[in-house]
Amino acid sequence: MMKYDHILIRFGEMSTKGKNRKRFVYRLKRNIEKKLRDFKKIEIEQTRDRLYIRLNGESHENIIEQLKHVFGIQSFSLAMRTENDLEKIKETALAAIKELPYEGKTFKVTAKRAYKQFPVGSNELNYEIGSYILRNTENLTVNVHEPDIDVRVEVRQGGTDITCKDIPGAGGLPVGTSGKAMLMLSGGIDSPVAGYLAMKRGLEIEAVHFFSPPFTSERAKQKVIDLVKKLTEYSGKIKLHIVPFTEIQQTIQKQVPDGYSLISTRRMMLRITDALRKKHNGLAIVTGESLGQVASQTLESMATINDVTTTPILRPLVAMDKTEIIEIAKKIDTFDISVRPYEDCCTIFTPSAPKTRPKKEKAAHYESFVDFESLINEAVNKTETLIIDKNYKNIEEFEELF
Amino acid sequence: MIYLDNSATTKPFPEVIDSFVTVATKYFGNPSSLHELGRQAERLLQQSREQIARLLHVKPNEIIFTSGGTEANNMAIKGIALQYKNRGKHIITTAIEHPSVSEPCKQLEELGFDVSYLPVNEKGFITIDDLMKTIRDDTILVSVMHVNNEVGSIQPIKEIGQLLKNYPKIVFHVDNVQGVSKVPLHLYEGRVDLCTMSAHKFHGLRGAGILYIREGIKLSPLLAGGEQEMKVRSGTENVAAIVAMTKALRMSLEMYEEKIHHLMKVKEAWIEQLSAIPDIQLNTPIDHSAPHIINFSLNGLKSEVFVHELAKHNIFVSTTSACSSKKKAPSKTLIAMGAEPKRAESAVRISLSFKNTIEEIPIAIDVMKNAIKKLQEVTR
Repeated sequence: MMKYDHILIRFGEMSTKGKNRKRFVYRLKRNIEKKLRDFKKIEIEQTRDRLYIRLNGESHENIIEQLKHVFGIQSFSLAMRTENDLEKIKETALAAIKELPYEGKTFKVTAKRAYKQFPVGSNELNYEIGSYILRNTENLTVNVHEPDIDVRVEVRQGGTDITCKDIPGAGGLPVGTSGKAMLMLSGGIDSPVAGYLAMKRGLEIEAVHFFSPPFTSERAKQKVIDLVKKLTEYSGKIKLHIVPFTEIQQTIQKQVPDGYSLISTRRMMLRITDALRKKHNGLAIVTGESLGQVASQTLESMATINDVTTTPILRPLVAMDKTEIIEIAKKIDTFDISVRPYEDCCTIFTPSAPKTRPKKEKAAHYESFVDFESLINEAVNKTETLIIDKNYKNIEEFEELF
Repeated sequence: MIYLDNSATTKPFPEVIDSFVTVATKYFGNPSSLHELGRQAERLLQQSREQIARLLHVKPNEIIFTSGGTEANNMAIKGIALQYKNRGKHIITTAIEHPSVSEPCKQLEELGFDVSYLPVNEKGFITIDDLMKTIRDDTILVSVMHVNNEVGSIQPIKEIGQLLKNYPKIVFHVDNVQGVSKVPLHLYEGRVDLCTMSAHKFHGLRGAGILYIREGIKLSPLLAGGEQEMKVRSGTENVAAIVAMTKALRMSLEMYEEKIHHLMKVKEAWIEQLSAIPDIQLNTPIDHSAPHIINFSLNGLKSEVFVHELAKHNIFVSTTSACSSKKKAPSKTLIAMGAEPKRAESAVRISLSFKNTIEEIPIAIDVMKNAIKKLQEVTR
């Protein structure tokens, strides 16, 4: 019996990218290879406008699940491949539809003849294949306008692909094709979503987390590691920079008046992130800020915080409502981790009445009495960098216990 | 020793006991404690939840740890009844449920709930038709076991789920204590809302069980207190037994992949050999029955004496279910299947694990034949 032996991958948006195209396809192929590393038998083949995964006996269910997390794929389909021979094409199309629960459904055939030397035209192909399927099945009817099953037949130079069902991909651009940015990751609901959306637009991200022991616990650090691990579903590997932040936070508490302490804390975080960005050759900084949620996210606050750098700051969530953000957080499985109730560096030292309309001159003035520059350098130098991938285990994964 | 009582309890895997000992010794902290020991214990709990969710193809926040199957069944049934009592007071279950389902139902009857017990046919199955006819406007819960603990019949869970799709207000609970790692059950595809599992039936330890609660389903907690387990089940978590259960589930499911065909063969061989003994009547249905349970009757001979006779030769089987075997009551399931009292009173259950072998069968059969002969001499 004939089985689905290929997965056909369509790129979508990338197809229009002119000269860059080659680089994009190459990157997508590499990202897919990385994602499917555990499936030893598969082979990935590249043509002008498609990628093909030859299954070689690997079961397609798990591969399909993995592919849904690869950015740059518009859609993909299970495919059967056959020679450019009308009889063979008919038989294969029938086998492809019989692999599905087709009874009681409607179908149509959409043939495309990209290989014009093939003697049968696409209209004739539609007719030939359609009537062959009708003759050899029961309880299946034609509906050319709204079919349940669209049997797509693509005749290409190297052979003919037959697919019956398109599975939507994650969309976006392949991770890494848009350059690198630093993601400020607090552990809350927003920042992982911002990271996800940044990666969707092709950015490679490195995460930066501020750690203030003993005010924030190991649990908070673990939470961030777990969040990054979820994000690696979309990118393979992510570097996580853990910045020791206790001293700076305590200095701010001592030096800066209550109403400005939050703003100054944010400014320091941004300066450190920017320094890390320079060190690791990133081009931008991604944050989970959105407008008007809390004191530090008024437009005035944003301007005052942003004043410390000219590096582009990308805020993918700026126009989103909290409910929309939560919806994505649930979809990418970070929500349950984000709501674990541990203190993080943003929730301790919260001033009772932060200024909602801070002025950048004032913030700079309050900060001028301390040599923050050297504190920042020290924090950057003492930053611990973890490389997280889906198999990342810290010492405490207790593997032998499970 | 030939152990044929795996539906009563299974022998824990040695690796599982190792995990238990390590956790109980080294990571004894309370997961709710703020300090390092507490954090480690919490981490263990979290990893257990994640691994179990992965193994069952559900989400981690849908897994609630309980003390075992009885608690999980009570929690499901009473929890739903109390939560939705204003919506309706009608519950549907079957005539062949384990006491940890039927007794809570009886308690609820005393509190004014109305419980319908679906009958089973002579092979031990309920019918979708009966269920459909029993559903009322005020039905809030349907509770059906997956694999019957006495005869091994597999109830049509997926079909029930399909039917209940049309009744969004009815919660669907499945007692899967006997099915885990023996008969696959896909919780999402089966549209199951609540599902009970128990560690010691799959080579884990007593003291740990699982109630799967589908996201979005609310139930009133049975145990109120420190709000552990997402506020649904208070009480300091039994981390050691939970970690041990997690490992046991992984190992059992791996064993299923490797050895299910072996187990089916062993069961077939048992049935073949048992059927050849003239005084034995087979009660387990041939189709749609679990690969590890075989129930037969001794033509009116006293099954209790038979069990003791076999035990003398280090062969361990059960009369009916372990829970009711001490009460000397006839098999509830067999009565429901319409067996005469004589047949229901002389029932014996063999329940297998993946570790049982074909080689054991002739040895055990010989002993059984002798035991029957001996019993016949005494009785006649």
